[in-house]
Amino acid sequence: MNIYVLVKRTFDTEEKITVSNGKIADDGAEFIINPYDEYAIEEAIQVRDAHEGEVTVITIGGDEAQKQLRTALAMGADKAVLINTEDDLDEMDEYTSAKIIAEYLKDKEVDLILAGNVAIDGGSGQVGPRVAELLGINYVTTITNLEIDGTSVKIIRDVEGDSETIETSLPLLVTAQQGLNEPRYPSLPGIMKAKKKPLEELELDDLDLDEDEVEAKTETIEIYLPQAKAAGRILEGDVADQVKELVNLLNTEAKVI
Amino acid sequence: MTKKVVVLGEAREGALRNVSFEAIAAAKKISGGGEVVGVLLGDAVQSLADEMIHYGADRVITVEHPHLKQYTSDGFSQAFMAVYEQENPEAVVFGHTALGKDLSPKIASKLASGLISDVTAIEGEGDDAVFIRPIYSGKAFEKVKNKNGLLFITIRPNNIAPLNHDTSRSGDKSSVSVDITNLRTIIAEVVRKSTEGVDLSEAKVVVAGGRGVKSEEGFAPLQELATLLGGAIGASRGACDANYCDYSLQIGQTGKVVTPDLYIAAGISGAIQHMAGMSNSKVIVAINKDPEATIFKVADYGIVGDLFEVIPMMIEEIKKLKRTD
Repeated sequence: MNIYVLVKRTFDTEEKITVSNGKIADDGAEFIINPYDEYAIEEAIQVRDAHEGEVTVITIGGDEAQKQLRTALAMGADKAVLINTEDDLDEMDEYTSAKIIAEYLKDKEVDLILAGNVAIDGGSGQVGPRVAELLGINYVTTITNLEIDGTSVKIIRDVEGDSETIETSLPLLVTAQQGLNEPRYPSLPGIMKAKKKPLEELELDDLDLDEDEVEAKTETIEIYLPQAKAAGRILEGDVADQVKELVNLLNTEAKVI
Repeated sequence: MTKKVVVLGEAREGALRNVSFEAIAAAKKISGGGEVVGVLLGDAVQSLADEMIHYGADRVITVEHPHLKQYTSDGFSQAFMAVYEQENPEAVVFGHTALGKDLSPKIASKLASGLISDVTAIEGEGDDAVFIRPIYSGKAFEKVKNKNGLLFITIRPNNIAPLNHDTSRSGDKSSVSVDITNLRTIIAEVVRKSTEGVDLSEAKVVVAGGRGVKSEEGFAPLQELATLLGGAIGASRGACDANYCDYSLQIGQTGKVVTPDLYIAAGISGAIQHMAGMSNSKVIVAINKDPEATIFKVADYGIVGDLFEVIPMMIEEIKKLKRTD
């Protein structure tokens, strides 16, 4: 089975966000694989181990994204592809990313594509379904369980807390929701092996894509931090009085109950 | 230039969701005095058309088909595209709900258009409209505009105020018939887990528990408080990891991002990942035994105390208040 995983390098969830020169400052920040993409990688490895085949992880980014690809290889993926857009593109949006990834995948034999349901930085969750549509294959988002039998696929997906059981078939793109699995940590032998696994690097030229063809449809004009909240009020007195005061404040001052 | 804007209404259990009315208000703003066209897709949705008009849609188009009883991306995209091709709008607005998140990228991709997802505010009107959306799970915001072509946005529930409900408004109601074929997905079963029927992401009140809740049973008083306030319960990752509750309740950087009017954090210490999921709530109440807990830094009101003592007392006080209303 040919399995592809779409991966994004994102800020560590522990990072505090600061803005300088209208951009998110990233000097000194720790980067990780987008947490939802880790579920996708883990699932891909489990599917391969059960059904044979090969797992290829794909990312778009600069040289520094090699680190996250090596981590995915150390977890157990077989091959990695970095589509390096650093020299070609200043601005990208979800249209751009999906178009590039679909262009790479269009002449591959694809059985299953996995991705995170959302990236914790941009937070739009568009790229997976967009890629599926461009490739003309079906997709199921926010999945929490995946069973494959031949080309039949049975999925459980999370729909705002409810769970939907879905029957569909390969080829298919799915996006991972929390609860799908418990992603493994790379083992030491895994890390050693990962150094020798193939990591292919491509540019837009290699995909026969012009910058114009992938030009972003939307434009970010400003990035800013939320206003710092004024310090709240810690109530005082014995607990019964605090509760009375709180309910009163919620009713008359905040007007939310 | 005025715009024609198409808004997808979304029904849940036979009624339109609030986010649909919020989407009409967003569409009105984007239209710059143009036309707002509501769209309803389902097996029996005609009766909901008036409600869209009462909330500000100029007219409504319904598409009914047995295959639209349950949402599938194939079925709904075929139905929506039939309307799109008939109307040829300049802009499209969906709710940023499970359905909206699943369907909007497919349609945007079909139309080779941009898509500004999860919008929480709109500045300016018509052609000058600029869209604000949270990034890094609400740790920062970006202002985005459409460069060219179709403007397509999804709006986050609970952030854009709906227009006044006016039952004297009237408008044209029409239907489009479609042939829905080649559904690649079959929905075999739906298990409702959301206990009290209030959707966490749309709830006006969220009562969330953390490790301090101590057990699955510990959520019972939180659920009682949430029900009393017409809200939903949520949880921190800590509570989910400890198996006190289902991951579908998790609020945070991984998990759901909520912006209710009132967020009550009980026994939650306030890890940065959790705060990313709730810090934009309008009013935050923190209840924690530890006076040093970081949750107090974002709370509007804080009580240092045992949640198992505080919450039952809150329930009693609120019941008293409701009786005097």
